[in-house]
Amino acid sequence: MNTPRRRIVPRLLQLVLVVLGVYLGFILVFDVLLGQLIPKSLLTMYMVFVIAGAIMVFTFTEEGAQELVGPIKALVEDPSKKWVRNVVFVIVPLLAGYYVYSSMLPGFEAPVELRTIHPAPPGKFKAYGKSYNLATLENPFRKFEKEDPAKFKELVKEGGNIYIKNCQYCHGDKLDGKGPYAAGLNPTPLNFQDVGTIAQLQESFLFWRIATGGPGLPGEAAPWISSMPVWQDFLAEDEIWKVILFLYNYTGRQPRSWAHE
Amino acid sequence: MHKEELIVLTRNIRTICGAFALAISAALALPTLVHSADPPATATAPAATASAGGTAATPTAPTASSGADGAASAQPAASFPPAPKLTAADYPTVKGVNARVAVWLIAQLHLWFGAFVVAVPMFVFMIEAIGMATRDKRYDNMAYEFIKVTITAYSLTALLGGLLCFGLVLFYPDLFKYLALIFKESMFAYALLFFAESAVLYIYYYGWHWLQGGNKKWVHLTLGLLLNAVGLQLMFLANAWTTFMMSPAAVDAAGVFNGNTWAAIHNYLWNPINIHRVVANVAYGGSVVGAYAAFKFLSAQKPEERAHYDWMGYNANFIAIAALLPLPFAGYYLTAEIYAYSQQMGITLMGGVFAWLFIIQAVLIGALFLSANYYLWCGMGRSDGAYRYNPRIKYIAVVLVGAFLVWFTPHTLVLTNSELKGLGGPYHKYLGALGIMPAKNTAVNFLIVFTFLSFLFYRRANKIATVSWAAAGNAAQVALFTAGLINITILGVYYGYFTNTVYKVAASVPQVLTTLVIIIISTVIDAFMYKGAKDVAPLRWGRMPDRSQYALFLLAVSFTWLMGLMGYVRSGIRQHWHVSNIFRDSSPDAYTPGLGYAASVVSVGTILFMAMVIFVFWLSTVSGRHPTVKGYWKEQTA
Ligand code: HEC
Ligand code: HEM
Repeated sequence: MNTPRRRIVPRLLQLVLVVLGVYLGFILVFDVLLGQLIPKSLLTMYMVFVIAGAIMVFTFTEEGAQELVGPIKALVEDPSKKWVRNVVFVIVPLLAGYYVYSSMLPGFEAPVELRTIHPAPPGKFKAYGKSYNLATLENPFRKFEKEDPAKFKELVKEGGNIYIKNCQYCHGDKLDGKGPYAAGLNPTPLNFQDVGTIAQLQESFLFWRIATGGPGLPGEAAPWISSMPVWQDFLAEDEIWKVILFLYNYTGRQPRSWAHE
Repeated sequence: MHKEELIVLTRNIRTICGAFALAISAALALPTLVHSADPPATATAPAATASAGGTAATPTAPTASSGADGAASAQPAASFPPAPKLTAADYPTVKGVNARVAVWLIAQLHLWFGAFVVAVPMFVFMIEAIGMATRDKRYDNMAYEFIKVTITAYSLTALLGGLLCFGLVLFYPDLFKYLALIFKESMFAYALLFFAESAVLYIYYYGWHWLQGGNKKWVHLTLGLLLNAVGLQLMFLANAWTTFMMSPAAVDAAGVFNGNTWAAIHNYLWNPINIHRVVANVAYGGSVVGAYAAFKFLSAQKPEERAHYDWMGYNANFIAIAALLPLPFAGYYLTAEIYAYSQQMGITLMGGVFAWLFIIQAVLIGALFLSANYYLWCGMGRSDGAYRYNPRIKYIAVVLVGAFLVWFTPHTLVLTNSELKGLGGPYHKYLGALGIMPAKNTAVNFLIVFTFLSFLFYRRANKIATVSWAAAGNAAQVALFTAGLINITILGVYYGYFTNTVYKVAASVPQVLTTLVIIIISTVIDAFMYKGAKDVAPLRWGRMPDRSQYALFLLAVSFTWLMGLMGYVRSGIRQHWHVSNIFRDSSPDAYTPGLGYAASVVSVGTILFMAMVIFVFWLSTVSGRHPTVKGYWKEQTA
């Protein structure tokens, strides 16, 4: 093999720079350029894989691996590096100590919740004094979309009116979850424009969530602090189905279904 | 063949034949003994085997499964009880033993060993066939060594299976009784198949050196096929009980069985699980024998041993990767079927509490792909021509890592309160789009294509194409990869985000097809381009850093952990049901444990399994040692 060539930037430093660069890159792109910060829990996971990937690239050849660990070995073994060694051996434990200290320090931040936003629905549920089977429940108006488009349009319009009268305060007049009350609520009202909400759900699921509201959430969606009202107390069954038509129609999304066209 | 081996062989065959004959007569006799009281249970063991084997006639003719006599359909349901309604008092307790954890761990250990034992013969069969086709003895030796490792694992599987049965009868007697009544025919078939599996496995293994050359080798290969047939049927039957508990069939709402065993076996989720498990098991088996090769490599004393085990590790890793590539698709198919069977189960799985486990799953699968790729890259060091490809590896790494970041970006982010405020809601405007299926599908296809690229580079590292059209061939391949990747991206982005769910799900199919087309066409181009290619230098098997062997270990450990985790998820989504919506679990343990707790149980299982596997590996080294101890035995004066 050819002898290791001298590099302008040593491999170990290259590795550190790559990792640091990616890290700062994430922060730059999300927090600064896009204005939507990157959550710390996610960034940590991202970095674990970035570091793993970088180490793999730097060590898959024998020479690469030697070059990488060479300086570390030298630091520990080389008598001429005594001073650097002493400094490193003081700084590293101090850093570790600082890390432990700061992570043990009590804070005022509420603990992170693993709240489930879309909990599994029950098989059956009760509303309007009836029992509904979620596996077979369908929107009775959906069929008009094909059979009678004019009537369908009318129904969507009625749904829109119901929405503006009841829902926009929280879910927003653009259905983006930014209604006038939204800022004061936690959990925040959901954004129906997002690909991750109604576009992933069946209409029967929406019916269940709207009819039973926050108090109707099952155990796994704890803590039960959602402010979503129990709409079966205020709206008729038909009105809920109409507002569901409106939600999908306005956002241009299709309810989840398994029936092919 | 050595004389003592022959003696061992004949003894084994005699034992096996005896056991077999005994098993068959027992299977024939038992139903009449056990159920002499109720008339519908006239099914004899052969009929049960027929229904288990899934002969073409059975699905269309439901009554056929209970035997040829139509009488069975005349008075069906009457003799089957509804699912019992239990209270906590109906579950026996043993002081100091947590019934759920005990059964959970034993079942999981049984499954790990079972998966391994079912999988290895599949590729042993292929390796043996390759050996026969190429007449390269090394393949035959490797196949033999693989099967040797399974022998000990096989007895552990049986032991754990017995223990599991005991655990179920002890701790969940009513559930066991209920299932045993519905599946009694297939349980006899299971017992029969189990004996058949033992018999064929032992003949296959002990007869390896005896059945060599000419027709005998063909007989041996046929035995290998038989072994696989029996092993797979065994697994399919066991899967039937598992899936019945998730998606029961052939029972009414109260759990009364209507007598149709085939329908109960062929329940909604049976085939999706069968497919996923067969593929996953092959990958898993490959990774475990890879760990075996790594173990031997690291403990090897001589260079030729190192070379041998390096080669073995390479082949094992190849098997693991080959089966790993289709796995994500099988996984998504399984999930889609679970969703289609029950929205509730589907959401529990992917949207509810278990969703967090899929993040761990994604991380583990990441570890699998990365370690498999790393092993390939390290392996390029065996060739002197690899330096030409080394600089390109970093680009592959960038894509692999990038695809991973997309693959495990969760749908629901874990946010601190200040982050929640900063974002204005639980959804991230940009990262949210990465949380749903179309993004993941696209990422997985990238992952697979680039893993394949790693393999392509590995293959080429030591070769120089001599055909005149090499440059054109390369250009064609570059074009193929580029076009394919663009297609995958467009399919993912356009259909994934701008159409409804039906198309979203449907778009994943052309994505997979694109990936397949890339892999197949470029393999074909490569095969022609490198036909008669020049070797740079002979490959140096054994010139492999020790680091790479740890990648093989990581592969096996991640796989084991992953399997345990997913097995838990699969079982956990039934929630408080023994049999979904039919038979309620009223034991004190019927709640869904916390994620940390579940993960700990799986970890303990993984450690136990790894310890047992290392024991098996160690046994295989011990059996090869024959030290001569002087002065112990009396000198024989011949
Ligand atoms: C007081 C504020 C408020 C009002 C008014 C309100 N919602 Fe909500 N809504 C919420 C909150 C809060 C959530 C739950 C967020 C969570 O659980 O994370 C929610 C959730 C939902 C969901 C569940 C979406 C999903 O993806 O699971 C639907 C559907 C919904 N609301 C529809 C409506 C409709 C229709 C109306 C009007 C009839 C309405 N909401 C009125 C606050 C409100
Ligand atoms: C590269 C991708 C994947 C790998 C390597 C993988 C691997 C495995 C393995 C090893 C098992 C255990 C099989 C057995 O018990 O015999 C398993 C089971 C399972 N997998 Fe996957 N899988 C992958 C993708 C997926 C995906 C994408 C999903 C769904 C989102 C999924 C869902 C499941 C489920 C529910 C089980 C439980 C089945 C059972 O054991 O009963 N898998 N997987």
